[in-house]
Amino acid sequence: MSYEAIVIGVSAGGLNALHTIIPELPKEYPLPVIVVQHRLPEADDFLTTYLDQESKLHVKQAEPREPIQQGVYIAPAGYHLLVERDRTFGFSVDPKVNNAIPSIDVLFETAADAYQNKLVGIVLTGANSDGSQGLKFIKKNGGLTIVQAPNTAESPFMPKAAIEALEVDHIMPLVDIGAFLKTLPYTEKA
Amino acid sequence: MIQQDTLKFEIEQLLEAIDFRYGYDFRHYARASLERRIKHRVGLSGLKHVTEMIPKILHDPNYFDLFLKDMSITVTEMFRDPYVFKKIRGDVCTHLSTYPRINIWHAGCATGEEVYSMAILLKEEGLLEKTRIYATDYNDYSLAIAKKGIYGAEHMKLFTKNYIASGGKTSFSDYYVSKYNSAKIDESLKQHITFANHNLMKDQVFAEMHLIVCRNVLIYFDKELQNRVLDLFKQSLIHRCYLILGDKETLDFSCVNDEFELSSKKERIYRKKNVL
Repeated sequence: MSYEAIVIGVSAGGLNALHTIIPELPKEYPLPVIVVQHRLPEADDFLTTYLDQESKLHVKQAEPREPIQQGVYIAPAGYHLLVERDRTFGFSVDPKVNNAIPSIDVLFETAADAYQNKLVGIVLTGANSDGSQGLKFIKKNGGLTIVQAPNTAESPFMPKAAIEALEVDHIMPLVDIGAFLKTLPYTEKA
Repeated sequence: MIQQDTLKFEIEQLLEAIDFRYGYDFRHYARASLERRIKHRVGLSGLKHVTEMIPKILHDPNYFDLFLKDMSITVTEMFRDPYVFKKIRGDVCTHLSTYPRINIWHAGCATGEEVYSMAILLKEEGLLEKTRIYATDYNDYSLAIAKKGIYGAEHMKLFTKNYIASGGKTSFSDYYVSKYNSAKIDESLKQHITFANHNLMKDQVFAEMHLIVCRNVLIYFDKELQNRVLDLFKQSLIHRCYLILGDKETLDFSCVNDEFELSSKKERIYRKKNVL
């Protein structure tokens, strides 16, 4: 089995969690990493700028119709981020899902449609249950599912909800996730 | 065959049936959000497969109405992205004020929040009396909500905050009346607004405009439909007049890119060039 993309969902406590994982990835890390971090619609792009500064990989805000390639893509505030089947980004201002826009479930479910069993889904710290259904769908489509060990989460509710919703493949401490991602087999580009 | 391919095929069949029977061509919609809505409706209808929707769509116009209703649900706010409205109060209004009559087109106005925001802004800038706002959408469900101008009272806190940030000149509560759990927007604003059904997928230009506002509509369209719509806007706009897109939308790489200049980047305000 090899993979073609990683999706990450994170809410309360996300800045620290992402800062633990993303900077650990090497400059040429082959898998695109797509992140939904819950935040207020009027939030600026501090998160993106900060992570980009701290990381070897390029971190940027996702843009509509942008082809998904190497690097880290952050969902902008105030929009749902979706993955189209042709592996470009879709945007919507559909109603909130799980009281969130962007919603983790929306990203995960559409990414699972686009990448099928070539997708890795990760649920990190957070204070609600967004992401559980999406992670379940990733698993159903044959993808790999990872949840941050709740006792290492600033806010354990979201990881716990995911662990309850499905039989996840790996539950691991926050500090181990980055190293694990580096070991993932990936599909060479044709 | 993997299940995914089946789903894609099923959705194409469904969209073709809708176009054949009702003349709405959703094939140029961005697929991912459309699929989510369709899957949601399949679940609500107690169906297993998207193809099971097809006979219902073909033979039951009420069921198609449900589908249209699903498609009408997008969410916006009054004075969404307040900094955009602040910018309109400045440069754009200064230019608009030089015309004896002003036509404004809110294309894809959805449930109308931004239309009323514009009317309030123009009133405060002293331009509403000479303005006609055309607020159009293809979806009658959205239009009905827009025409009523009644919104949940729970939104007023956010709308008020946005209004103030947009440079509002009085108190936002001057513009609505609270009743039970809802807020009704000031009736007098409606005298300057024409709500009408207009389908960006197939209808044509209907008047010359000084300002076209089309925010967070193009994100739902594919490249081809985006270009069709942008070409309509180009035809409809008077030279040196304005087009305003959504926060994440741009004319870059579109078929009209050469015919507009960027007036302010952050606010996504474009200006039609003079033809030499």
